[in-house]
This record gives sequence, C-alpha cells and structure tokens, in this order.
Amino acid sequence: MSTSIHRASSPRERIIRWRRRGGLSALALALPVLIVFGYFSWKPLVQGVVMAFQKWNFVSDPTWVGLSNFQYVLADPLLAVAVGNTLLFTVLALAFGFPLPLALAVAVSTLRDRTRRLASFLAYLPVIVPPVVAILLWKVFYDPSESGLFNSVLAAVGLGPFPWLNAAASAMPSIVLEATWAGAGTATLIYLAAITSVRPELYEAAELDGAGIASRIWHVTFPQLRTVILIMLLLQVIGAAQVFAEPYLFTGGGPQNATLTVMLLLYRYAFTGGDYGAATALGVLLALVLAALSALYLVITRRWSE
Amino acid sequence: MSRAIAEPESRGLLSRHDLRRPGTSILVRTIHVLVLVGVVVAGAGPLAWLAFASLNTTQEVLRDPFAVWFHADEWSNYTAAFGTIDIGRYLLNTVVFAVGACLANLIVSTSAAYVIAVLRPRWGGVLSGAILATLFLPGIVSLVPLYLTVLDLPPFGVNLQNTYWAAWLPAAANAFSILIMVGFFRSLPRELIEAARLDGAGNLRMLWSIVLPLSRPILGVVALLSIIAAWKDYLWPSLVLADASVQPISVALPIVGKITDLSVFLAALFLATIVPVVLFMVFSKQILSGVGASSGLKD
Repeated sequence: MSTSIHRASSPRERIIRWRRRGGLSALALALPVLIVFGYFSWKPLVQGVVMAFQKWNFVSDPTWVGLSNFQYVLADPLLAVAVGNTLLFTVLALAFGFPLPLALAVAVSTLRDRTRRLASFLAYLPVIVPPVVAILLWKVFYDPSESGLFNSVLAAVGLGPFPWLNAAASAMPSIVLEATWAGAGTATLIYLAAITSVRPELYEAAELDGAGIASRIWHVTFPQLRTVILIMLLLQVIGAAQVFAEPYLFTGGGPQNATLTVMLLLYRYAFTGGDYGAATALGVLLALVLAALSALYLVITRRWSE
Repeated sequence: MSRAIAEPESRGLLSRHDLRRPGTSILVRTIHVLVLVGVVVAGAGPLAWLAFASLNTTQEVLRDPFAVWFHADEWSNYTAAFGTIDIGRYLLNTVVFAVGACLANLIVSTSAAYVIAVLRPRWGGVLSGAILATLFLPGIVSLVPLYLTVLDLPPFGVNLQNTYWAAWLPAAANAFSILIMVGFFRSLPRELIEAARLDGAGNLRMLWSIVLPLSRPILGVVALLSIIAAWKDYLWPSLVLADASVQPISVALPIVGKITDLSVFLAALFLATIVPVVLFMVFSKQILSGVGASSGLKD
C-alpha cells in the first residue's frame, strides 16, 4: 500500500524505512520459531513425503524408487491386520470414550462449585499420570491369575478369572479400557467448560415450556455443544488412529498380532527393520486418511461457527 | 456469590423448582453420589493403591492385592529403588528434559506470538498459517525424518542423539503453545501498545516491559503444560534419549521393570508420578482452566 506513495524511493531507502519501523527486529524475533519449526516440524514433514519415494541404504545417497515402497507396504499381509486392529481400537475407543466424558460432564455440571472443582480434579488426575506409569500399573491390575486385582474384584461377583491381555480376543478391549481411563479427563473438562457457558435463559425457557431434565439435556445442552462434540469426536478418532504407547508397552502387538496397530507396524518397519522408505510410505498413507478427516473437520466447524 | 441474595440465582441445567420435587431431588442426589464415588475410585483409586502397594513385599501384593492397605510398612522398597535401580538419576534426567523443554517452549511461543499478534508484519499471516497447519498434519509422517534430522543435523552434520537438545528443540515446535499465547496477546489492550510506540519504545523494549509483565498468568499455563507434556512423553525420548545416562524416567521404567522385583518396581512407578501429581495439586486451578479453555481456541 505504502509503495504507491513512495514509488520514487530507491530500494535502499525502502530498506532503511523498513528497519526504522522495526521490520528487522520483528524478523529477528521470529528467528526462534522459524528455526525450530523449520528444522523440527516443516522440514521433516516435507522430507517424510519425499522419503516415501526413496530407498535408504546408509552407505550411498538415497535412490528414487517410485512407488515401490507403497507397493511393498500394501502387499504386506500385516497391513490388513494392523488396519483392522486400528479400526477396532478406534471403534472401541469411541464406544467407551465418547459417551462417558459427555455424561460425566453433564452430571458434574450440576454439582455445587466446591464439589464440582473436586470432581474435575479427580476426573483429570489420570491424565496427569505419565502414560508409561499408567500402562505398567494397569499391567499389574490385569494380572491374569485368580489373585490378580481385577480378577479378584470380579470374582467377588462370581465372574472370571479373565485372561485380559493374554488372550487375542480380550487384549484389545483391555488396552482400550486403560486408554479410556487415561484420556477421559481431558474430554470431560472440555465438555464441562462448554456446558457451563450455555446461557441459563435457554434452560429457563425450556423449563417454562414444560421440558423435563432429560428433555433439557437433549434439546438444550447437546445442541449447544454440537461444535465441541464434533471436534472432540474427530480429535478422538485422529488420536486413536495413531495409538502407539499402549499396544507397544502392554502387549508389543501380541498375542497373535491381535494388538498390532498401524503405528506399531510403522515403528517396526523403521526402528526394527531399518526400512525407512516403507515406514514413511505407511506414514503418508495414514496421514492421507487423517488429512481427509481433518479437512472434513475444518469444513464442518467453519460452517457451524458462522 | 449466589448465596448472598437468593433471587437472581445463576442456574444451570437444574432449577430450584426441580430440586424441590422429592422424586427428582432423590434422583439427582443419587447420581451425584454415584458420580463422586466413581471419580474417587477411578481417579484417585489406582494412585492410592500404588502408594500403598509400593510399601508391601512382592509376595503380599501378589497374594492379595486388596490387603495392601493393612501392612504398608516395607520402606526398604524405596531404599532399593534409589539404590539398586538408581531411580534418582532417571528422575533428575526427567527434570533436565522437562525444564529445558519448558524454557524452549516459552522462548519460541512468546517471541512467535509477539510477532504474530502484536507486531503484525506483512508476512505474519503466512507465518501463523504455516504454524497452524502443523496442528492438522499428523505427526506420523515426520517421525522418521525427524529422527534422521536429529542424527545428522544439516548443514552442520552434528549428531544430537543422547543429548537433551534432541528432546528440547522438537518439544519447542509446539503449535499449541503458540496458539494459546497468540490468543492471550490479541486480548491485550491495543492502546497500550500504541502509546508505547508513540513514546518511542522499540519492539524488544515493548515486549520486555509491557507485554511480558502482563502475560505472567498465561506464561505460567504454557510452562506447566509443557513440563507435564515432557514428563509424559515416551516415544520420542525413547528414540533420542536412549542412553541410560540421559534416559528420562518414562523411557527407563519399561526397561527397569523387566529386571526388577515387583515391589521395588511399584515404588519406582510411584516416584515417577509424584512430580506431575504434586504440580497438578498445587496448580490445579490454572491447569484445569487451561484445559477447559483449549476448546474455545479451536472454534
């Protein structure tokens, strides 16, 4: 804009004026973010896509191999297993982990201030526990023997003993149970913040129209939360699709590959097999799926926040 | 607040009228009790069990996990955790990792948010767009190249593996911290900035004597969240801080667990949770409001 007025000025004068207005120090202040993001965020993202089309052998420079990394990954029989398991994890994580925080947040929102703070604190406590500690502790809880902690609780009501992580059928649900315990606090707090910002007049009006409590939750609370609910749903899906620490530390992918997830397969390609091409190709494929979800998320939230 | 004058009660889902009806009142109270018992058992239960179990012998824990409350006196587990498995060193490593990650986060997010939200240069939009984009692009694509970058940092060819820089610097590339800071800086009164500019204050001086002093609460939130995030991190530090001399506790625990007696290991697990849990107890108000506010930022 200003260039039209100062068209006559030389480039040198323009640079001096830019410096006087603080343009140089603004650039200097942006250096930390440019360097850190450049090296550790933007460059690896671009390089990840490039590497998916290369072969690395650590002796000479990487060579271009076209689509062969993708062909290799797609032909790997373990891929279908991993995709299936990741889908199972995602579905179970949503089935356990989506309604629970929402219901909990609604219930907690009706508590008095003091008790509400206490309940929020307790609900968020598992999120603060380092995941590795939580997983290793739950591994003790999942002790398949009769005197295991969960088994002795269930034995009191005449159930079990269950094999938990030791059987292919129950390993994944066991992992999801712990992951839900570890993650529900975040969603609960976000829902709670959204619920407390619902305008009281809306409840007032609904009540005057004769709406009971359940009907108010359904017709006032949930519609007011729809943006947040949608965001949380998609974030949960995106998070679940990249699950790593739980299957890696609980079962290492077993038994009989029943908990081998896509992320675990990627880790094996890269850090057990040293096949960086296959690992990045798998990463690109998963990223494409998640990017499609993110795009959907952007479109819908933009439409709804208008 | 609402207690002072009963009339303009700030209501939520439930009204006074609801609670006056005996049936509803009993139902609501039952749900409240169930919810409170539920969050106590699920939230505090596992940690409480860990605290008590870590003071039992392995045989006692294995024989009856629900009897651990009654004979919690095996303090030698903690002596052994500090002695034989040297848990103190891993805790110290975690502190170094977390504090460095926190400082790096603060430096990068403050300067970036200051440029984007206050200085607003012409290229500010491009910068914030490029930062925001990383929130939506899944990190899995960059895991392997990030690892290779750390092994051989171009153009210097330095290998950062097993130095804390390998964990600090990537932790600072945190779009979320920048987003929180930008949101806060945007809410600062613009007149203050204009007035300082008229007084001839340079960019750095404005940052130092006006913006930063006003931002103490938000700096605290970003600092806390980054410390807790570093304490919880596993996959990345397991790749770049693999040497026992620099291993944070999360990386060390799964390895230590394979060769340690259960009771001593439970003591180690408990020690690993103390710092984040105490931080959370002291700063729960800031952390809980920070988490709640994070949804508003994404709208």
